[in-house]
Amino acid sequence: MIWVNVLIQGILIGGFYALFACGLSLMFGVMKVINLAHGDIAVVAGYVAVFLAPQLHIPEVWSFIIVVPIFAVAGYLIQRTLIQKSIDRDPFTTLLVTFGFSVVIENLLLEIYTANGQSVNIGALIGDSIHVSNVIYISYISLAVLVTAVVVLAALQLFLSKSGTGRLIRAVADDREAAQLSGANYRHIFGIAAAIAFATVALAGIAYGMMTEFAPTSGGVNLLFAFESVVIGGIGSLWGTLIGGVLLGIAQQVGAHINPEYQVLAGNLLFLVILGVRPHGLFGKKTAFS
Amino acid sequence: MCAAADPSINSNGALIEVSGLSVYHGQLCAVDDVSFKVERGEVLAMIGANGAGKSTLLRTIAGLHQATSGSIVFNDQDVSKMAPHRRVTLGISLVPEGRRLFTSMTLEENLLVGAHYANKGPFNIAKIYELFDWMHDRRRQRVGQFSGGEQQAVAIGRALVTNPQLLLLDELSLGLAPIIIERIYALIPEIIAQGVSVLLVEQDVTQALNFANRVHCLLEGRTSLVGTPAELSSEEIERAYFGSHLSGYSQSSHGGAG
Repeated sequence: MIWVNVLIQGILIGGFYALFACGLSLMFGVMKVINLAHGDIAVVAGYVAVFLAPQLHIPEVWSFIIVVPIFAVAGYLIQRTLIQKSIDRDPFTTLLVTFGFSVVIENLLLEIYTANGQSVNIGALIGDSIHVSNVIYISYISLAVLVTAVVVLAALQLFLSKSGTGRLIRAVADDREAAQLSGANYRHIFGIAAAIAFATVALAGIAYGMMTEFAPTSGGVNLLFAFESVVIGGIGSLWGTLIGGVLLGIAQQVGAHINPEYQVLAGNLLFLVILGVRPHGLFGKKTAFS
Repeated sequence: MCAAADPSINSNGALIEVSGLSVYHGQLCAVDDVSFKVERGEVLAMIGANGAGKSTLLRTIAGLHQATSGSIVFNDQDVSKMAPHRRVTLGISLVPEGRRLFTSMTLEENLLVGAHYANKGPFNIAKIYELFDWMHDRRRQRVGQFSGGEQQAVAIGRALVTNPQLLLLDELSLGLAPIIIERIYALIPEIIAQGVSVLLVEQDVTQALNFANRVHCLLEGRTSLVGTPAELSSEEIERAYFGSHLSGYSQSSHGGAG
C-alpha cells in the first residue's frame, strides 16, 4: 500500500514537471533555442502573483488570470527582440544570452525581494486532501496542478495539430525557409511559440508557489527537472513530456522513499539510463510536433 | 501550345524586370550583373550548368538571398529589399530546389500551410486536387513517404495555392525519372492558362526548350545567351552553356552534337 502512495505522489509531481517543461520543449522544437532562463521566468511569475496581484485587488489564488496573459505578451516581445537578435547571430549566442538573462533575473529578484522564501497564498486549500486510506493522501492542490497540466497539454496539442496558427508553428519547425515561401513571417511565428512557452511556464511558476515555497534561485533546479522530463519523454512530443515528467516524478518518489537523500539522485539516474538506452527519448521523433 | 494564353504581353509593362542584379555568397560572385524581364503569360527558362548561378538568381527573386546590387521590379514595385513572406503576398511564389516539403505533415496540411496567406485567385486546394487527381485519396498521408515525383507535385501545389502571378520553378527535374519529368512539365500549359507567368530554372535543356517562350542562358553568373527556342541553334546553346573553350573541346572530340 505504501508503494501505491509512492506511485500516486510521483504521478502528481510529474504533472507539475510536464507543465513546467512543455514551453521549454516547444521553444526548442520550433526555434532550436534552449532557454536557460526558463526556470527563472517561472519564479518571476510567482513573485508577480505574490506581490503584484494583491495590489490589483486580485486574490493570489486567481492571480494566474492576469499573470499568464502578461507573460504571453512579454514572451512575444522578448522573443522578437532579445532572443531573435541572438538567433540571427548563431546558436551559441542564444545559450549565452538566455544564461545571462537568467543571472540578471535571479540577482534582480534577490535585490528587490531578498532571499526569503515566498509562497502563493491559497488559504485553507493548502492543507486539504483526499484520504484514500491511512497511508494514501492526495492533496487537492497537487491534484489540481496535475489536472491543469493535462488540460494545458491537451489544449496545446489540439492547437498545434488542428488550428491554422498551430500548423504554421509546425511548418516553421519543419522547414523555416519553406514556411517563408508559403507567406509565413517566421519571426512572428517564433514570437507566438515563445508567448505560449512563457504563458505555460508562468502558470507552472504560480502552481509551484501554491504547492511549496520559492526563492529567487528556485528556477535552476526546476529547469533541471524540466530538461530531464523533456529528454526522457522525447523532444517534440508533448504527451512524451507528460510521460517523462511522470516517470521522473515516480523515480524521485521511489528514491525518496528508500532514503530522502536519494530523491534527486534517483531522478537523475533514470534520466541517464534513458539517455543511454534511448537518446531520442521514449516518444521522440526526428521531426518536432508531428 | 503554351503561347496561346498570352494576349496581355506588352499591355502594361513586364510582370517582373530584373536589372543589373549581382549576388555574392561571401567573396564569391554567384550572379554577376544579370538583367531580364518576364512578360505576363510568358514562360522564361533560365538554363546553365551546375554552379552557373541559376538557383541563386531564383532565390534572390524570392527574397531568400539579398542582392548586392541591382533591382527587382515586380508589377512596377521595387521588391529587392522586401522580406520573402511579403513577396509571396504580392504574388511571387518559389518551388524550391529539393521540394522542401513539411515532411512531418500530411499532404493536405502542406497545402493548407500554402493556403494560409493565399491571395485571391483561381487556385485553391480543391483545384489542386483536380490538377493532380491522385492527391485527394492520399491527402491524409504524410508526405515524407511519398516518391520524388509525388513530392515535387505537392511542392508545386503548395506554391500554386498561394495564387502567384509569377511562379518560380527551381530544377523540377532533379532526381526524377524522365517519364515523371514529362508528366510534371505537361502541367505548365495548364498553369499558364490560369494567368500565371513562369520563370523556370533547368539543367535539362530539352525540357526547357520544349516549354519556354524564351531562353536565358547563364554561364558563371553572367548572361551568355538570350533568345527564343526557335531562333537558337544547338551549337549556340552548347557554347553558351559550357563556355566556348569547353564547347570547342566537345566539338573536336564528340563531333559537336548538341
